Amino acid sequence: MTSRVKSPRTLKEQEARAGLVLISPTLIITLVVVVLPLLWAIMLAFQDARLINIRRVGIFGHYTLENFTYVMSEPGFWTSLVNTLVYTVAGTALSIVIGLVTALALRDRFRGRTLVRASILIPYVAPVVAVTFLWETMLNPQYGIVNTWLAEPIAFLTQARGEFLGIEVPVALLTVIAFEAWRYFPFAFLFILARLQALPAELDEAAVVDGATPTQRFRYVIMPQLWRIIALLSVLRFVFTFTKFDDVYLLTGGGAGTEVVSVRVYNFLTSRDDIGASAAQAIVLAIFLVVFLAVYLRFFAGGEREQG
Amino acid sequence: MSRDRFERALLKVLKPLVIAFLVLITAFPFLYMVMLSVRDIQELILDPGSIWPSAFTLDTYVNVLTKQGFLTFLRNSAIVAVASVAVTLLISIPGAYAVARLRFFGRRQVHFLFLAVYLFPAIVLAIPLFVLFTMIGLRGSLIGLILVYIAQTVPVTVYMLRNYFETVPRSVEEAAAIDGCTRLSTIWRVVLPLSKPALMATGLYAFMIAWNEFLFALLFLVESRESWTVSLGLSQLAGSIEIPTTVLMAGSVVLTLPIVIVFFAGERLLTEGLTAGAEKG
Repeated sequence: MTSRVKSPRTLKEQEARAGLVLISPTLIITLVVVVLPLLWAIMLAFQDARLINIRRVGIFGHYTLENFTYVMSEPGFWTSLVNTLVYTVAGTALSIVIGLVTALALRDRFRGRTLVRASILIPYVAPVVAVTFLWETMLNPQYGIVNTWLAEPIAFLTQARGEFLGIEVPVALLTVIAFEAWRYFPFAFLFILARLQALPAELDEAAVVDGATPTQRFRYVIMPQLWRIIALLSVLRFVFTFTKFDDVYLLTGGGAGTEVVSVRVYNFLTSRDDIGASAAQAIVLAIFLVVFLAVYLRFFAGGEREQG
Repeated sequence: MSRDRFERALLKVLKPLVIAFLVLITAFPFLYMVMLSVRDIQELILDPGSIWPSAFTLDTYVNVLTKQGFLTFLRNSAIVAVASVAVTLLISIPGAYAVARLRFFGRRQVHFLFLAVYLFPAIVLAIPLFVLFTMIGLRGSLIGLILVYIAQTVPVTVYMLRNYFETVPRSVEEAAAIDGCTRLSTIWRVVLPLSKPALMATGLYAFMIAWNEFLFALLFLVESRESWTVSLGLSQLAGSIEIPTTVLMAGSVVLTLPIVIVFFAGERLLTEGLTAGAEKG
C-alpha cells in the first residue's frame, strides 16, 4: 500500500512494467545464449582466433579479412556449397511432394487410419542418431538387409560415384537426400493434412456436381488452396536443411562427395582448431542462406499475388 | 468408360497401394530395428537377409545397459530433458502471457526477434558457445547443455503459448480479477488450467529437442564419457568395431522408445478441447 502512495502509477504504466518483468527471463536467456554469441561469432570470423590463443583475442584485437579469403580459396569449399544447395533443394522438394501425396491419401477416414498416421510420424519423431544408425546398418554392404535384396551390393554411404542404367550418379549424395526426404516428409504431411482438413467441403462438392474428375478437382480446387502452406513449408524446410549438420555428419561424416558446409565448419573447428576460419565459413553459409531466401521470396511473393 | 470413372477406379486401386507403401517404408525399418536387437550377432552375419530371428535373446539389452554404460546415458538424458522442459515452461509461460496480453514497449519487436533467432543456423552459434564454455569450464557439464537447449526452445515455445493464450477469453480473466485475483494468480489459477493442451504441446516440444539433440551434445560433452547423453553415446559407440551391431541396435531401441512413447501419449492429450464450456452465455 505504501509504495502505491509513493508512486501513483496509471494502469497503463503498471501493465507496461508487468509486461517487461514477465518477458525479461526470456529476453535474458536469448540475449546471453543466442544474441551475444552470434555477435561474437561475427567478430571471431574477422580475427585470427585459435583455441590456443583465444584468451589473447579481445574485442579490440586485430581485425582482418584473411579468414574469408582463406576459406573461400581452400579446395572443397565451393564444392561443399554446391552440395549443400543440391541436398537442400532436392531434400526439401522431395519431402514436400511425398508429404502432399501422403496427406491426400490419408485425407478420408478409413479403418486403421490412426495406426497408419502413427507409423508415418515415427521417422520424424525418432532421434536422429537412432535413425541414421538404422540406415547405416540396413545399407551396410556386408550385412545390410537392403543389399541382400540386390543382385550386387552397393556401398550406398561410402561410394561417391556409381552407375545406374548407364548414367553416372552421385550414390552417397542421393542416399543422403533420400534420407532427408524419408525423415522429413511427415513434417510436411502434418502441415498439409491440417490445411486439407480445414478446407471447406462445399467447393469440392460443387466441383463434383459440375462434373470435375478427381485430377481436375485436385488441380483446380485443392491445389490453389494449398499453395500458401506449401510456400511456407518450402521456406521452413529450406532454412532448416540448408544449415543441417546432424544428418549428413552421422550418415557419411561428410565423406564420399556429401560434404555440406555445416559439416565443414565442424571439421575446421574440431580437427584444425581454427576458430576464425570456421566462424568465417559459418557466416558465409548464413549469408548465402539469406541471399537464397531473398531471391526465393521475391519470386514467390510475385507468384502469390498473381493467384490472389 | 468416362474419364471420371476411369480416374475414380484408378485412384481406388492406387490409394491402398500408396498407403501400404508408406507404412512399409516407415514401419519396416523400425520393426527391423527391434528384430535386430533381440538376436545374436553371429546370426546377423551368417544370415543377413532374415527378418525374424531364429533364437531370441535379451543379452544384447543387458550388455548395452550395463557394460556399455547406457544406464548412465539414460540418466543424463533424463536429467537434461526434464530440466529443459521445466525451465523452458517456467520462462516461456510469463513471457508468452506478456506478449499475448500486456501492452509494453517493444512487444511486437520481441516477437520478431524470436523468429529471427529461431531461423539462425545452430552451427553459427555452436562456435562461440564452444569457445565460451571452454573458457569458463562449462564444457563437459550438463548445465551448459541445458542452458543451450532452453535458449533454443524458448523462442518457439513463447510463440506457441502466445497463440494459445490469445484464445483464452479475456472475460474469464476479467472475472478472476474482479474476484480478487492478482495478475500472477490469474495466470496460475485461470490461464494455465485452460491452456493445458498448449502446455502439453510445448513441454513435448522441449522434451523432444532435448532428448534428440546431437550437435551441441557432441561439441560440449564428447570428452567426458560419464556425462554423455544416449544420443551421443550411441553415435560414439557406433564407430567401434568391438561392440556388436545387434547390441548397438538394442541401444537404438533404448534411445527411440522413450521419445516415441512420450510423443504418442502426449499427442492424445493434445486433442482434448479444454476451453469448451469455460465461458457460458
